[in-house]
Amino acid sequence: MYNFDVERPGTVADAAAAMGREDAQALGGGQTLIPTLKQRLASPSVLVSLTGIAEMAGVCTTDDGQVAIGGATTHGAVARDAASLYPGLAGLASHIGDPAVRNRGTIGGSLANNDPSACYPAAALGSGATIITNTRSIAADDYFQGMFTTALEEGEIITEVRFPVPEVSDYQKFVQPASRFALVGVFVAKYAGGVRVAVTGASNDGVFRWSEAEAALSSDFSADAVKGLSLSGDNMISDLHGTGAYRAHLVGVMTGRAVTNAA
Amino acid sequence: MVQVSMTVNGRASSGEVEGRTLLSSFLRDDLSLTGTHVGCDTSQCGACVVHVNGEAIKACTMLAAEADGAEVTTIEGMANADGSLNVIQQAFQDHHGLQCGFCTPGMVMSAAALLKENPEPSETEVRDYLEGNLCRCTGYHNIVKAIMAASGQDVSSIAAE
Ligand SMILES: Cc1cc2nc3c(=O)[nH]c(=O)nc-3n(C[C@H](O)[C@H](O)[C@H](O)COP(=O)(O)OP(=O)(O)OC[C@H]3O[C@@H](n4cnc5c(N)ncnc54)[C@H](O)[C@@H]3O)c2cc1C
Ligand code: FES
Ligand code: FES
Repeated sequence: MYNFDVERPGTVADAAAAMGREDAQALGGGQTLIPTLKQRLASPSVLVSLTGIAEMAGVCTTDDGQVAIGGATTHGAVARDAASLYPGLAGLASHIGDPAVRNRGTIGGSLANNDPSACYPAAALGSGATIITNTRSIAADDYFQGMFTTALEEGEIITEVRFPVPEVSDYQKFVQPASRFALVGVFVAKYAGGVRVAVTGASNDGVFRWSEAEAALSSDFSADAVKGLSLSGDNMISDLHGTGAYRAHLVGVMTGRAVTNAA
Repeated sequence: MVQVSMTVNGRASSGEVEGRTLLSSFLRDDLSLTGTHVGCDTSQCGACVVHVNGEAIKACTMLAAEADGAEVTTIEGMANADGSLNVIQQAFQDHHGLQCGFCTPGMVMSAAALLKENPEPSETEVRDYLEGNLCRCTGYHNIVKAIMAASGQDVSSIAAE
């Protein structure tokens, strides 16, 4: 690892100021960034640690009934504290990586990273969540812009994520056993206004909404409703773990399972 | 360089570290607590698991500077006050939960965190909890058995393999 300074601000305002330093980078739980630094794939001059900022940690319900999660809240805390408020989301958090990873890794870090096989992007897009930063609010539909690419500007910090709570929801993850990330993961959420289906792990463009499945499920919320649908494997990730066609098929299977489990 | 102070196994410990110094390096190189092992560069093996403020974390994936002010427990802090093995360690010995022993410190620290959360876990719960702890020798079976035994459950029906 190249050397860097570490700043540990106690407020979002101080963190934002520290991010103004040259080559500064945010440090969430470090569960992605520290291994990346070990490989010398990044060389920040200063890391701004966000995990000591009390106003960025915790789970609560807003006045309009959304579940609000601080950007530095760990996966473990979401699994525990959102369990009664939004079980589908808490269930997803409880299966990210392993217990030690969940005790450090944060929702803000996961969404900022936008790994094409990460779990949280599916929940955020599948819930139509709002990503709140130190400067603005971004709708999930505008936030994810392809593999490892988001709407975040240089130095912008995710301070909170707000989730409208669905009537029922479920996340089904086909685990890639070596990394424990999703080989394919599907988040299904049924709202009064319709069903949202978000898919991670599959597309070369990162997390996406499967609109045909959303339409079919909005009129008939059953696993049978998606049985006849199929996706093309053309733009799917193809690697030693599975071909694009295999992943495309898995999307259908995991969507059906998520619907059955949610209903 | 930054000054860090933390309580490690009940003792006040401090030192000067670089920003990039990992907690695992601080424990091993500065405090000579070499029981915390480092088995990978990818945060996947779990040989380095310690407790920070009571929670299991991978010491290779946390900066020493982030642990400033924290309570840290390592494998060296696990034995009973008289130096004898604690119940988890003893169960690993009794049930052959280790072979080369490289993964064992992390296994014991993860097991201790599990039993604190869930005093009587099922076999599936033990296996799930150990997802981030890799062992290249034992095939896990006797590790799982040792942890079940340490929780006070009867393991006589779990066949030795
Ligand atoms: C063994 C292992 C298994 C894993 N398994 C899974 C899995 O199954 N599913 C899954 O989804 N993930 C998995 N992960 C990744 C894990 O969830 C990470 O915690 C997560 O991707 C990054 O979060 P972090 O808080 O650790 O961020 P960091 O590693 O600290 O940062 C990641 C990136 O986000 C930026 N950043 C961090 N916080 C913020 C913020 N609040 N605002 C703006 N930018 C920010 C950083 O600058 C960096 O670029 C795994 C990781 C490991 C090591
Ligand atoms: S040394 Fe492998 S996870 Fe820490
Ligand atoms: S006993 Fe050798 S790695 Fe587990």
